[in-house]
Amino acid sequence: MIKEITIGQYYAGSSPLHRMDARMKLLLTLAFMVVIFLCKNFFSLGLLAACAAVLALLSRVPGGMLLRSFRPILMLVVFTSVLNLLYTNGADTHPLLELPVWRWTLVITREGLFIAVFTTVRILCLILVSSLLTYTTTPSMLTTGLERLLSPLARLRVPVSVFAMMMTLALRFVPTLIEETDRIMSAQKSRGSNLETGSLLKRIKAFVPVLVPLFVSAFRRAAELAYAMESRCYTGSGTRTSLKQLRLRLPDYLAAFCLLLVMAGVVALNRFFTAVI
Amino acid sequence: MSSVIECDKLCFRYPNTAKTAPPALEQVKLTVERGELLAIIGHTGSGKSTLVQQLNALLKPTQGTVFVDGKNIWENKKTVREARFLVGLCFQYPEYQLFEETVEKDIAFGPKNMGLEADEIKRRVCRAAELVGLDKLLLKKSPFDLSGGEKRRAAIAGVMAMEPQVIVFDEPTAGLDPRGKEHILQMLLRCRAETKRTILLISHNMEDVARLADRVLVMHQGKAAMHGTVEQIFARAEELTEMGLTVPCVTRIFLALRRMGLAVPPGIFTLEQGLRELLRLAAESGCAL
Ligand SMILES: Nc1ncnc2c1ncn2[C@@H]1O[C@H](COP(=O)(O)OP(=O)(O)OP(=O)(O)O)[C@@H](O)[C@H]1O
Ligand SMILES: [Mg+2]
Repeated sequence: MIKEITIGQYYAGSSPLHRMDARMKLLLTLAFMVVIFLCKNFFSLGLLAACAAVLALLSRVPGGMLLRSFRPILMLVVFTSVLNLLYTNGADTHPLLELPVWRWTLVITREGLFIAVFTTVRILCLILVSSLLTYTTTPSMLTTGLERLLSPLARLRVPVSVFAMMMTLALRFVPTLIEETDRIMSAQKSRGSNLETGSLLKRIKAFVPVLVPLFVSAFRRAAELAYAMESRCYTGSGTRTSLKQLRLRLPDYLAAFCLLLVMAGVVALNRFFTAVI
Repeated sequence: MSSVIECDKLCFRYPNTAKTAPPALEQVKLTVERGELLAIIGHTGSGKSTLVQQLNALLKPTQGTVFVDGKNIWENKKTVREARFLVGLCFQYPEYQLFEETVEKDIAFGPKNMGLEADEIKRRVCRAAELVGLDKLLLKKSPFDLSGGEKRRAAIAGVMAMEPQVIVFDEPTAGLDPRGKEHILQMLLRCRAETKRTILLISHNMEDVARLADRVLVMHQGKAAMHGTVEQIFARAEELTEMGLTVPCVTRIFLALRRMGLAVPPGIFTLEQGLRELLRLAAESGCAL
């Protein structure tokens, strides 16, 4: 059961998106998200959705995997669209549909329908580009990119590289801890502890025999890792170079240029057509 | 008397593995007789640990089922729980399962889950601690203050205190020093002699297997490749070598002696047998040893 959680979902590949500089990918993803929120009508949003689709194709991540990343927020999307659909008061006098339900009438207006579709597409686009980022960038590259982007903050004495190291280590140990939890759970189940049934309180109590060994081993691991790092002269201060060098290449600049074009297109389309919201 | 564990055509695939990869267990047939010591050997990754986790219902087979004491353990929730108590499982590196404040409480965890009376729990804890050779003074200590070997014994006692009909030991001597290893193995033999339990032992040490086991199951790539008495299995030295396994050192020496033309019997598996045979040879050829 515990194995189904995937963190740092990376899909190994060598597509143009995979080869891009992590810093540029991070920045462009952020910019893309901002642009998604700049959209005011279906034309500009359509342009962005098309761009997102092209990116998805470029990444060569299988469609099934992309769909899977939508699953966790499916409930949220359905919920917000239903609310938008029912709670928007239209300006026009003819509602699209009037459904009598017991003592109330459900009124669905043109505006309601538009806004529901609009927000749904918007959320899906957001999820798509952010999961494309994690699908095409290894967690270690992501943290390196983030570290480089935030490095100006080091001037203000923010320990950026230490934070980046902490993040890398945390990501590194997630699978290990999941495996460990599995092993401990099996061992305690063999001793008859009942982890699956019973009331909530009972189940929380039943997890003590799992959590105690888990914490003990996590602390032991942390101490061992600290010794190992210190014996290799890691101090946290000082300038460190990186094994994997990040380098901006022509495709990165091209991608930035494309995004600028799209941004201009969105602004123009917003201008020419009436806004939905 | 029927077999205590029986399964046939047992298949299992870890749910998170690719559909194209070979399953972790494939058509495994296994019978364990009451009171025997069955050793399970096999290359790493051959599915030994996966197999024993089927026996106490920790993993549900994708095909086939397991019978313990003649009952299908997957019949309903109750039989699943019963299986956990009938077959005790002592994992590889069991010391990470320790969690209570004192060793005594930790050993009592299993019996408590069985819903036993306080007196009975106390009796079982004492008995298990004595069987594994844990000092009485240690019982009041925190399990995290014990040495590595003591932790191992405390963890094993935690499984033994449930007094299951079958105890499975998954590489109980891994990572211990020679004396610690011998301690654990002697404890195993004592437990067997005093309680007449059925024991399953997973081991990579062929000498131990030859010395302790009645029968041997050889796992290879998720399949039960061979199943028979120690003599039958170690007589097939070439096949074992092909599977990345080996026969005991003594056996190899005697096989070499045979190839050199000495009249020694083929089935020599333990040091004692080897010594006896060498003395006999010496006496026959007339030189004093
Ligand atoms: N939790 C798991 N998820 C997925 N695959 C697993 C899992 N545990 C084991 N496997 C796979 O199942 C196969 C059998 O593993 P198993 O642990 O049973 O081997 P083993 O014979 O006990 O090896 P060892 O001697 O190293 O302990 C291996 O190929 C392993 O990669
Ligand atoms: Mg194993």
